[in-house]
Amino acid sequence: MNQEELKNTVFQLLKNIAPETEPSQLMPDESIREALNIDSYDALQFIVALCEKLDIDIPEEDYGKTRSLKSLLEYLSSKVG
Amino acid sequence: MIRFKMPSLGADMKDGTLAEWRKQPGDFLQRGDIIADVDTQKGLIEIEVFSEGTLEKLLVQEGEKVPVGTVLALIRPVKGHEKEEEELPVTSVDLHPIEEAKPSELPKSTKERIKISPLARKIAEENHVDITQLKGTGPEGAIVKADIEKAVSKKGKEEAEPIDLKPVPPSVESIRMAVAAAMSRSNREIPHYYLEKRVDMSNTLEWLREANKNRPVQKRLLPLAVYIKAVAKALDEVPDLNAVWDNGLVRKNEINIGFVVSLRSGGIVVPSILQADSKTVDEIMDAINDIIPRARAFRLRSSELSESTFTISSIGEGGADKVYGIIYPPQVGIAGFGGISEQAFAVNGMLGIHPVMDITLAGDHRATDGLIGSRFLGALTKYLQNPENL
Repeated sequence: MNQEELKNTVFQLLKNIAPETEPSQLMPDESIREALNIDSYDALQFIVALCEKLDIDIPEEDYGKTRSLKSLLEYLSSKVG
Repeated sequence: MIRFKMPSLGADMKDGTLAEWRKQPGDFLQRGDIIADVDTQKGLIEIEVFSEGTLEKLLVQEGEKVPVGTVLALIRPVKGHEKEEEELPVTSVDLHPIEEAKPSELPKSTKERIKISPLARKIAEENHVDITQLKGTGPEGAIVKADIEKAVSKKGKEEAEPIDLKPVPPSVESIRMAVAAAMSRSNREIPHYYLEKRVDMSNTLEWLREANKNRPVQKRLLPLAVYIKAVAKALDEVPDLNAVWDNGLVRKNEINIGFVVSLRSGGIVVPSILQADSKTVDEIMDAINDIIPRARAFRLRSSELSESTFTISSIGEGGADKVYGIIYPPQVGIAGFGGISEQAFAVNGMLGIHPVMDITLAGDHRATDGLIGSRFLGALTKYLQNPENL
């Protein structure tokens, strides 16, 4: 999966959780949760959806790396390979 | 004969519209069966029965809007349970007559002659289902909700793309008005007192980290599950707060914890985890995973909205430090959990940086005093800091 496909997958999963938002408008360094107004429960659902979609495991100690779009894409690239 | 009444699904509910009967006279009802769908300000709610018996007679027609407490149906109880029962607590709700209820006014156009429940019609319109092509399976061949659901799923298959059944959510305004009514009443009637306490969460977070380490992502715990269990245990120790005010303090036997779920479109709903004291933290997390999506889709059951005995509001990670709640009447307390943040905090005479959380209690001063409230926050702190004992 290339960078562009990965990005689109992330946007799609975020859109499922926050349908009225436009994830593609996210700035690379801003907090995804704050920008899209995602609560703790939905943040966990987003992680679950990522793991299922990409067939990876994201351990809890790595949650910090999913904070912004930039760090999340870097992290996912390293996991998906 | 049991008189089955329009339940009160919260202090803010004055009336409800009987959207569709799920059972018909002659049907045998078991505890927990869904007897009807009722349309309220909080969406369409499945109404459960809490006693066994045979449905004798329906007294309210589909589409009729009636006040809370109105007898909807008569149920002939099984032998040994003959006492007249109220299905759900109807607590000090004003019973104003509702003028817009006009059950006998049926439209007469050709289109309207098809026998169909008001609920089924509403869902059919939302999902663009042609009802003239359907065969009803309800009483006297009437089209009911299940028929529309079947038609929609069939349509989805034919068009090779899944169609989600739209649940007909209540409007943002109606949710707002429901919250406004309950909170105004609370502020008008309940003399609140407030207490707060700062809690070192190091142990709790460490325990959660360990617990989540070996779990698949779908089974991981959120702090909310620990908060709910800790509150349930603390209420068991301080039962005067697990109560309602009904011209006096009335303790409740079951501990059902309502928790505030905010809706993306604005407003809140407060579903409850029933008998939270007898559930494990894992079971509470399972219940949260089941309830939150249904709460957001407005698909809750009556018991989940009407049976709360205490409420909590949790701000969650990164949010405000403290939340002071407004009690949900007729309950007598609400606990608030602020966001966890790192602060300078002294433990055993040593100042260090600890993750701390400010917990608050708003109590009804008619029902309890600060001493009871303080005891509750003390017990809550103890349970939060020793999650291995929950």
